[in-house]
Amino acid sequence: MKYLTEYRDAERVKPILEEIHRTVTRPWVLMEICGGQTHNLIRYGFDQLLPDKIELVHGPGCPVCVTPLELIDKALQIASRPDVIFASFGDMLRVPGSSKDLFQIKSEGGDVRVVYSPLDCLKIARENPDKEVVFFGVGFETTAPANAMAILQAHQQGIRNFSMLVSHVRVPPAIEALLTSPENRVQAFLAAGHVCTVMGTWEYEPLAERFKVPIVVTGFEPLDLAWGILRAIRQLEEGRAEVENAYERLVVPEGNIPAQKIINQVFESCDRKWRGVGLIPQSGWRLRPEFADYDAELRFDVGAIEVSESELCQAGLVLQGRLKPNECPAFGKECTPRTPLGAPMVSSEGACAAYYQYGRLAAEGAS
Amino acid sequence: MCLGVPGKITEIYEINGLLMGKIDFGGIIKEACLAYVPEAKVGDYTVVHVGFALNLIDEQEAQETLALLREMGALGEELGEEEAPRGDGE
Ligand code: SF4
Repeated sequence: MKYLTEYRDAERVKPILEEIHRTVTRPWVLMEICGGQTHNLIRYGFDQLLPDKIELVHGPGCPVCVTPLELIDKALQIASRPDVIFASFGDMLRVPGSSKDLFQIKSEGGDVRVVYSPLDCLKIARENPDKEVVFFGVGFETTAPANAMAILQAHQQGIRNFSMLVSHVRVPPAIEALLTSPENRVQAFLAAGHVCTVMGTWEYEPLAERFKVPIVVTGFEPLDLAWGILRAIRQLEEGRAEVENAYERLVVPEGNIPAQKIINQVFESCDRKWRGVGLIPQSGWRLRPEFADYDAELRFDVGAIEVSESELCQAGLVLQGRLKPNECPAFGKECTPRTPLGAPMVSSEGACAAYYQYGRLAAEGAS
Repeated sequence: MCLGVPGKITEIYEINGLLMGKIDFGGIIKEACLAYVPEAKVGDYTVVHVGFALNLIDEQEAQETLALLREMGALGEELGEEEAPRGDGE
C-alpha cells in the first residue's frame, strides 16, 4: 500500500537505527506522547533495537486512560437509563469505573452502542426520536474536529435528542505539567504526528524555548519513529532545543486551519482533571455556552458521585513516564487485558496493554 | 484510536451540505468526512481518524523525506565497514 509499505520496510529502517547508534554518546531519556506510538515502538521492538543509552518513557497520550474516573462513572449512570442510547468508541467499553464498566451496563440491558464516527450518532438520533442519544466525547486534539463537527451538524439540522459527554484534553499543557514537575526525567519529546496534523507545531515553540527541550513531531510507522528519534538525539547531542517536524508529509506548521476554526467555534479551553495524574490547568476543551443544550452533563442530573480507584493500580505513574508498566506489581498478575484494574491495560493505546500484548512480561533488569 | 492508516480518495460527494468521500484502504472502502480537506481531489491520499480526513498527504514532502533517508542508508553502508556502531546495543 502506498505511504505504508515503504515506511514499514526493515531495509530502510536499519540504516537509520545504525545512524542512531553512531550518534549517541551519552544517556538520554525520550518520551513519546502518543499511545499509538507507544504501541508501535513496542510492537516493532524499538525498546530492544535502540542503544541502551536511550531510554524511552511512555507519555500520557492515551485518551481512554486519562478520562477522569468521575466522568466514566457519570457515563455509566447515564448509559443505564432506559431512555438513553449511549454511543462510544469501542475502546471505552471496558474501561473500569468505580464499580462497573460500560460493557457490564450493556449486558445488564443498557443500550450501549459502539460507533466508528461521532457523525453516526446523528443518524441514530434521527432514527430514534423517542430516545436520548448520548455520545462519549473523549479524546485529544485529533478527535476534537470530529466531535465539534457532530455538535455543529446536530445544531444546524435541529437534532435535539443528541448530547455529548465531553472530556477533551490537549497535549501542550500536559507537556508543560510534566516539565514543571520536580520528578521529571524527560529530556526530549516525540510529539504526536496526528495531533500536530490538526494543530500544527506553533504551540510547541514556546515550550521548547522555555524548557530547553527538543520536541520532534513524529509519525507512526517504524521508519517515521526511527527518523523522529534520530532527530531528537541529534538535537540532544548537539545541545539544541528546537521544534522539528519529522512528519512533513502530513504536518504543516500552522496545522489544519479549517479544523481549528470549527474546534474554536464549538469548544473553549478549561481546566481538566487527568485520571491518575490530577488537575492540569487549561488542559481541556469543553462546550462553549452557546452549545450548552448539547452538554450531557447539564442535560442529565446524575447527582453526587463517589469514586473509588483500584488501590493496586499505578496508572498515574505509568502515564507520567515514572514507572514502566511491567514494574507495576499487579502487571500480568491481578491485572491483565481480561481483568483490567486500570485503563492503560484496556485501551489499544494504553502502555500496559502494549507491554502485555507484545510480551514485555518481566521488568527487564539492567540488560 | 490514533493509528491513522493512509487511504486513497475514490469518490467525493455531499450529504446534508457536508463534504464526504469514499476512501480506499488497500481494498477496504470506508466513508469519511472531507470537510477539513476542502481542496481534496479524487486520487489524493489522506489519513482518516474517527471518520474524518485529518489532512492530505503531501506527495512531494513524502518523496523528499524518503530520498533523504535513502541517502542516509547509502552513506551508512559505506561507513558501516570501518566504523562499528558505537551504542551498547547488540
Ligand atoms: S498494569 Fe494494570 S494495575 Fe498496573 S498500572 Fe497498568 S493498568 Fe494499573
